[in-house]
Amino acid sequence: MRKKITESVIEAIIHISASLAIVGLVLIFIFIGKEALHILTSSEVRQEAGLSRLFLPHSPEPGVPKEFAWQPVSDIPKYSLFPLMVGTLKVTLVALLFALPLALGAAIFSSEFAPSWLREIIKPSIELLAGIPSVVLGFFALMVMATAIQNALGLDYRLNAINAGIALGLAVIPIVFTVAEDALTAVPQSFREGSIALGATSWQTAWRVVLPAAFPGIFAACVLGFGRAIGETMIVLMSSGNAAIMSFLPTYPLRSLSATIAAELGEVVHGSPHYHVLFFIGTLLFIFTFILNLIGQLFVERLKDRLSGSRA
Amino acid sequence: MSRRWINLFTHLFTALTGMACALVILLVAIILGNIAYHGIPHLSWRFLTTAPSSGMTEGGIFPAIFGTAFLVLLMTIAVVPLGVCTAIYLQEYAPVKSKWVHLVRMAIQNLAGVPAIVFGLFGLGFFIEFVGRRVDQIFFSGQLYFGQPAIIWAALTMALLTLPTVVVSTEEALRVVPRSHREVAYALGATRWQMVWYVLLPQAIGGILTGTILAVSRGAGEVAPILFTGAAYYLPYLPSRLNQQFMELGYHVYVMATQSPDVDATKPILYSTVFVLLTLTFLLNFAAILIRSHIRRRLAAAR
Repeated sequence: MRKKITESVIEAIIHISASLAIVGLVLIFIFIGKEALHILTSSEVRQEAGLSRLFLPHSPEPGVPKEFAWQPVSDIPKYSLFPLMVGTLKVTLVALLFALPLALGAAIFSSEFAPSWLREIIKPSIELLAGIPSVVLGFFALMVMATAIQNALGLDYRLNAINAGIALGLAVIPIVFTVAEDALTAVPQSFREGSIALGATSWQTAWRVVLPAAFPGIFAACVLGFGRAIGETMIVLMSSGNAAIMSFLPTYPLRSLSATIAAELGEVVHGSPHYHVLFFIGTLLFIFTFILNLIGQLFVERLKDRLSGSRA
Repeated sequence: MSRRWINLFTHLFTALTGMACALVILLVAIILGNIAYHGIPHLSWRFLTTAPSSGMTEGGIFPAIFGTAFLVLLMTIAVVPLGVCTAIYLQEYAPVKSKWVHLVRMAIQNLAGVPAIVFGLFGLGFFIEFVGRRVDQIFFSGQLYFGQPAIIWAALTMALLTLPTVVVSTEEALRVVPRSHREVAYALGATRWQMVWYVLLPQAIGGILTGTILAVSRGAGEVAPILFTGAAYYLPYLPSRLNQQFMELGYHVYVMATQSPDVDATKPILYSTVFVLLTLTFLLNFAAILIRSHIRRRLAAAR
């Protein structure tokens, strides 16, 4: 009898802890969203930082032309998210332009062309890159890369979107590589053998047979890399200059959404409009990365279905 | 297309993808080389065992090492039992292919993709402002004990962040235990839990260890989740209670690199701190890779 009770207690504990991931995810959404919701519900917050203030151009005083500005700690606080979004988009774009070709190229090389001894070097090296903490990448970009890039390109600003984007790209490469490599190696060997037997070269096989077969996985790799780039904080915080200016030029400094939270939440007055706006930014990041992750997972699953179907 | 063009393309394609690969590895080598080159000279036993002094321009990083160790220890205590239980549920208890299992799996994968800074916000909004305040109201008649940044909240935030790592590794380890072992246990009259405890877990211990080590390595390196949940720039004492703040290696690097009034004076210390942090995470990762490859080899031999 005692045995039976122990058994069911343990079973209950296991059931409860299994639901923890879901509970955690829901709690994250509730407790960040709760603070963000004040933007809509509290009239005091809404007056200073309502949705229209966050997204539409606004003139701080009558007579001054309308503008997008993020200046939360000035006499007249301005909370336009537009400069932050432009900054995030700019640095993410540079990061993806840098990381995607390298990561996908490396994944194709590793799975299609490299002999197995070389693969044994490539994969751990990229795992090594994944193991570098983002604060170390940020540090490297701030101390070493920024100066090197500025001198090489003759730029006005030491910390800019190119520098931050490349550093961010270094964090994106391992994710894209791992997912894409998994997808490529999941393509059955018989596909390649069939293609080679029909007289195709290794390049044609890789380009016309393996890549299309693995496409959902490759796409998932890009989407997951995008999600990582949008949410990454420490690298951008340290290497981008953190100036909330409206400029699409990659040679100018920028301030990203995630870095804004990291830089400002420490000094903000609890419960002030600024505090709620920062949580609102967090909610935006959460929702956006959540959607990207879902899309990524969906495509990985589709790849699995497709390849398992073709094997049968 | 003529044969010659095709051959040319083949070489070009191989060369291009090979160059991408080489460039990535070269970049890794440059980063590690640069940090080792500048970081090693200043390294000494004194540096590792003393506290910073003279406004961070002298002294060592002992409090930061201590804080990091304390943080990941608390995190491990929280995340390992939960992660292992979740994996056991998914592999052994859950009905195969149920909607709920699918949902749990999706939640775990999604949790792994939530930005670290969002975890930081969550730690502040949930653990400190909600749980901490309640604890203070109930046990300390409203006095401020737990409703403020503290190592326990930072550790719990980090535990949630590293949960997917532990679950995935443990699941992999459970999956490779042959079905026959389970059947033998049941045939001998074992209950489900006895089977898990006496048959599965001893065999899965390597995978659990791998997951734990990877989680520790991740936890030691992430800074964004602890920015507002407990990390301090400088403390004159070592944390000894759960509601105290702490110094941490990654946070130390961030603050010294961005907020130091005299960058040149702190540069050697900064580089050495980065080197210590990097060595720590790499040793952990390396250990995890070794254990994992050992398991996979044993598995291959068993089949």
